[in-house]
Amino acid sequence: MGVAIEVKELSAWFGKAQVLKEINIKIGANAVTAVIGPSGCGKSTFIRCLNRMHETIPEARLSGSVQVGEIEVYKSGQDAVDVRRRIGMVFQKPNPFPTMSIYDNVAAGLRLNGFRKRRELDQVVEHSLRMSALWDEVKDVLKKKSGASLSGGQQQRLCIARALAVQPELLLMDEPCSALDPISTGKIEELIFQLKTEYTVVIVTHNMQQAARVADYTGFFLMGKLIEYDKTEKIFTTPSDKRTEDYITGRFG
Amino acid sequence: MPSLSRPLSVGRRLSNLCFIGLAGLAALLVLAPLAAIFSYLVYKGVGALNWDFLTHTPRPVGEAGGGMANAIVGSSIVLGIGSILGVPLGIGAGIYMAEFGRGRYTNVVRFTADVLNGIPSIVVGIAVYALVVLPQQHFSALSGGVALGIMMIPTIARTTEEMLRMVPNTIREAALGLGIPQWRATLQVTLRTASKGVITGVMLAFARVAGETAPLLFTAFGNQFWNLNPNQPTAALPLQIFAYAISPFDDWHRQAWAGALILIVLIVAAVTAVRIVTSRGSVEHSA
Repeated sequence: MGVAIEVKELSAWFGKAQVLKEINIKIGANAVTAVIGPSGCGKSTFIRCLNRMHETIPEARLSGSVQVGEIEVYKSGQDAVDVRRRIGMVFQKPNPFPTMSIYDNVAAGLRLNGFRKRRELDQVVEHSLRMSALWDEVKDVLKKKSGASLSGGQQQRLCIARALAVQPELLLMDEPCSALDPISTGKIEELIFQLKTEYTVVIVTHNMQQAARVADYTGFFLMGKLIEYDKTEKIFTTPSDKRTEDYITGRFG
Repeated sequence: MPSLSRPLSVGRRLSNLCFIGLAGLAALLVLAPLAAIFSYLVYKGVGALNWDFLTHTPRPVGEAGGGMANAIVGSSIVLGIGSILGVPLGIGAGIYMAEFGRGRYTNVVRFTADVLNGIPSIVVGIAVYALVVLPQQHFSALSGGVALGIMMIPTIARTTEEMLRMVPNTIREAALGLGIPQWRATLQVTLRTASKGVITGVMLAFARVAGETAPLLFTAFGNQFWNLNPNQPTAALPLQIFAYAISPFDDWHRQAWAGALILIVLIVAAVTAVRIVTSRGSVEHSA
């Protein structure tokens, strides 16, 4: 089951530059939430703050609190590795592990956390690849071919399978379709739509049609601030803020 | 209408031929010394090569026959000790510089590695003599291994660093994003991604020190008899070759050639074996 997220007074910096300013947002469980906004508005930083990937960048820091399900993400003593294990992430560019086979890519998250039961691994790998709609295309070359030998769209679905294999409670997607063609994009959007029955999904996207197609809720970010957050339908038909309206009608950004 | 498939002008074709020729010539000049050395070694050495040479210890001066079996084994022991010491330290330092080190300390480590790379090998031998042989009060295979290990470190550390830097950051993020602990992500994802280049660096370092004579002169020292104890002076192929080559006996000269040939063959065999073993289980990359 997916989990709900509550973010309070979240601010983030790179060195002296503040990229997020006091974000407050509640994200519902088992729904797809899209984060939109012009380049540099802080949307990627925002989702990287949810699973503590923000702090892996030198000179990055933040303040505020994030609650994901049961866990207080930034409580002192909270293990970042544990947070990341509960929260899956799919990145902008497909990034399969190039020296690993397709099977090993999907199994990596479990194996490298010490999970060794072969039969269960087989099941998890198959289930994850089926969920990401890649199974039929790769089932005959699972252990023969490298993850990097697949096409871009297949690689991204492989990365989704890899993230699902550790059975996260929340899935973060940072512009997962920006490097893909329309057919692959369609497949991934369909997948996102199915995922929300089991997961909470937060997706950053540059593509407003995509947000309108897949998301139940949409948040609009501008210059590090959350300007408006509401049901997707409302954001795209009757936004309450002038800046949101300007952005979605293409007047800037 | 201009056609893109029109024939090249005579001038273009001439200069094309000319540069292909020059590049080919350069490649040939690189190959020539190696081919010359190897064929001369075979020519000079193959006559003295026989089963006895590979299985017997040296005979006393004046007696014909005998072999370098003890030196072949001794070299293996010294190189083994050197690798056990040099490979993990070198890779570890490389990982530190590429993955964790920021700021001044890393620069000091990198600078030191570069300087160490340029230190004459005999100086390394003297240093190890002072550090290991003098306190122990005797020469040993161990001290020879330490000397060779020290010489392997900078090459391995710098290639490891360079190879790790070529691994895209997105791979590290993918690993961390899966909730894999940093040390595991570094060893089993980042280092594994760079493993081909790292292994090349290790092999380069190994091949380079396998032929070193100077650092063994006051450490492994040499030995005319069998020795498997790492705490005793030991024979090594480069030392044996050196001793025989400067001797006044024709028979020993022939054996020195044969020893040199064996040394090269063993290095090539070791490098090839490592390549085969490490490439096993790798996956297809082409689509």
